[in-house]
Amino acid sequence: MERHLPVLIPLTLLTTAVVIPLAGGMSKRLAHPLAMVGTFLSLVFAIWGLARVLLEGPMRYHLGGWIPPIGIELVLDHLSSMMTVIILGVALPVLIHARKSIEAEHPEQVVPFFGICLLLLLGLTGIVLTGDLFNLYVFLEISSLAGYALVAVGDRQAPVAAFRYLILGTAGATFYLLGVGLVFMMTGSLNMADLVGLLPHVQDSPPVIVGFVLMVIGIGLKMALFPLHVWLPDAYTHASSAGSSLLAPLGTKVAAYVLIRLALFVFSREYAREELIVLDVIVWLAFGGIIAGSILAVAQTEMKRMLAYSSVAQIGYIALGIGLGSTLGLIGAMLHIMNHAVMKGALFLVAGNLRLKIGHSDLDRFDYSIQQQMPWSTAGFSVAALSMVGIPPLAGFFSKWYLVLASVEQNAWSAVAVIALGSLISAVYFFRVLERVYLRPPLAMGTATVSQTASNEAPLSMLIPVIALSVGLIVLGLLNAVIIDAAIAPLIPARWEKVP
Amino acid sequence: MIEHVQGLYAYWFITVLLLLGLYGMLLKRNLVKKLIAMTILQSSVVLFFVSSGTKWGGTVPIVDRVLGTDDPTKYISPLPHTLMLTAIVVGVATVGVAFALLISIYSRYKTLNEDILLDRMK
Repeated sequence: MERHLPVLIPLTLLTTAVVIPLAGGMSKRLAHPLAMVGTFLSLVFAIWGLARVLLEGPMRYHLGGWIPPIGIELVLDHLSSMMTVIILGVALPVLIHARKSIEAEHPEQVVPFFGICLLLLLGLTGIVLTGDLFNLYVFLEISSLAGYALVAVGDRQAPVAAFRYLILGTAGATFYLLGVGLVFMMTGSLNMADLVGLLPHVQDSPPVIVGFVLMVIGIGLKMALFPLHVWLPDAYTHASSAGSSLLAPLGTKVAAYVLIRLALFVFSREYAREELIVLDVIVWLAFGGIIAGSILAVAQTEMKRMLAYSSVAQIGYIALGIGLGSTLGLIGAMLHIMNHAVMKGALFLVAGNLRLKIGHSDLDRFDYSIQQQMPWSTAGFSVAALSMVGIPPLAGFFSKWYLVLASVEQNAWSAVAVIALGSLISAVYFFRVLERVYLRPPLAMGTATVSQTASNEAPLSMLIPVIALSVGLIVLGLLNAVIIDAAIAPLIPARWEKVP
Repeated sequence: MIEHVQGLYAYWFITVLLLLGLYGMLLKRNLVKKLIAMTILQSSVVLFFVSSGTKWGGTVPIVDRVLGTDDPTKYISPLPHTLMLTAIVVGVATVGVAFALLISIYSRYKTLNEDILLDRMK
């Protein structure tokens, strides 16, 4: 059984995704428990896989028994096993939370919604696990198609947002595919491990250079790297609360993983940095993303939209770590992928709680009564918001700390300034919310005043995930040294600088 | 220069197709036209893969008794074609989802023109 771990993780999700619509045809109530079972089993396999990789080293699984480079292989190494645990570990609380939220917002779509959620997770884990460039494209499109459908289940404008996302997302995927085609033309291989050996011979030929750049642009679109982020704010705002809380923490992070895998592992970082200036360009785009995303977030009056723009900024931090291309930078990027998945998950879940109980998430209408009615949700929000700003000992502080260290190490003082500025602006837009929720006297507006002091907390199934993710932030923050030593240090390529 | 164009005319054609697709996706105001342009873009990549797999003097990759299996260069590589079968399936699924979205947009706003749509969404 252990031999089959790499394939069991996506296969469990795929099976559940097929079973949910069939069982949902008999009884709508079966959909959610099935989704929970599938995700939970998959998470167990992922944790088992991570433990095995950490103890005994990477696993390779040859699909259908075909030996690579002819066959497709799934690779469970330090990078991918950590990513699968992050994906499924955040997806499980989000799916627990999703039941009440989706039943309230879209009662008709409960069964397809959970089916699509599982398909999305299948695509995301598949992207992470595959060791084949073309297979990665297929999983990328599975996850993207599921993502378009998730965005479309939303308010009145959701289909328009989903269509825009679809057009840009497909353009990104097509660029990636074209890049794969050019690289395949020159090397005759699609297997990532095989390419590591083949690429140095042909990497200076124009087709490979163009192919690499096209792949990075395509992934940049999927990752919402500034200025390719235009699809993101609308998509996250108009999707259902449950849909956006699944998409926002996971979708863009997995694209960031692809960028790490491609630019730093398949192609070498020396190639991406010195021969082409791709890594420098990524750093500059990261600066743009951090500053523009943060400023636009301040300008928003709706909470989900604010969080969406803040996502653009956070993607900037991850891209900055990748672009610096050093051991410390990669540690910062991996930590931030993990921390941001948990933080954004918690924040979007609270937005879902507010929409369910208060009926809106307009920042202008927030006041003290929200804290009175929903003390636990607001507490969860505060922890996640403080972590986003980067207050120690919460997790968000440590990933930014490593990014700052990486910038100082390379004398990139502009990066230090941008990280500091981005954190300050994020303090502005998060403390604005916290100030309103904790200190602003109740606005005398119709029904809001009637039940001011009465407790109106979200149901337990929606509260526990929020609390779990918030506590997770504290734990991840306190254990960051352990995580770096055990899980992140082994994934740094051997030729790079030593982990300090 | 002329030889270059003649020898690689398939790639020139694909480049034109690709740019045409990009142009339509970015600048056309009608959502159906955007979708058509997206399909053109995808087709250009499919054609690119298929034409990269062909060569002079090669035949279809099915074992031929006359040619034998000793010299694999007599057959063209089947891999780009199989990859593109998958890519076409992905493309069909994307177009399916896109049409479902367009139907949903039309039933809500009674238009598929982006300018009018932006107007009615306010």
